[in-house]
Amino acid sequence: MDYRSPLAKVRGLGSANAGTSHWWMQRVTAVALIPLSYWLIIFLDLSLNASYQQTAAWLASPFNAICVVSWVIAVFYHAAMGLQVVIEDYVSPEGWKITSIWSVYLIFLFLALAALIAILRIILAG
Amino acid sequence: MNNVNRPLSPHLQVYRLPLTGIISITHRMTGVMLSMGLVFFVYIVSAVAGGSSAYSEMQDVMDMWLFRLMYWGFIYALFFHLCHGVRHLLWDTGKSFDRDTMDQYAIIELSASLILTLLAFIFI
Repeated sequence: MDYRSPLAKVRGLGSANAGTSHWWMQRVTAVALIPLSYWLIIFLDLSLNASYQQTAAWLASPFNAICVVSWVIAVFYHAAMGLQVVIEDYVSPEGWKITSIWSVYLIFLFLALAALIAILRIILAG
Repeated sequence: MNNVNRPLSPHLQVYRLPLTGIISITHRMTGVMLSMGLVFFVYIVSAVAGGSSAYSEMQDVMDMWLFRLMYWGFIYALFFHLCHGVRHLLWDTGKSFDRDTMDQYAIIELSASLILTLLAFIFI
């Protein structure tokens, strides 16, 4: 027995506005990531090739730290949203779909926090 | 409803995709690969936080040829995803949907991502 009104059913079925904001945030983070990728590449290059002191000092400088932290926030959000769309397209059983989307969001939240805490440790040490 | 001749959507295995279609699925695949690559970012930044011995250990690991290859694959995927992402932003404004422009932009994207990777390889 379903006690919901027709309006409530329609709201539950359709986008209920979540689709638009998902699409919109995917674009907002995408645009932010274009310039921020520069800091990612510099950081990766330093980490793979430069000395420990050089890399730590670079990341501890305020502007670089702000840019890398912004990159982390934008990229993990962007990635989780993108993977959600891929899962929604290719996984059809409802249970699997929902649990895999939840897992993706939880894993990427965990990874983002791990990265942010690591950056914080570098700033505090430097 | 039981008409068997109903049109099918372009299925990936039986339909030869146009260039834009190939690039579109590549955009998605690079997106998934880049997302997985983020695990490596967390590993690297944690090694920097872990101090100089953890750092040099990480550098030794990342110096292995397989990881170097994955690193440059990641950089190329990043530039490709970025270039095609810019086109998605253009499409969002409702522009450049005709076939000739689409093929032209596809060539531009592919060469731009290769050139950017090459520049990163040379200058960084």
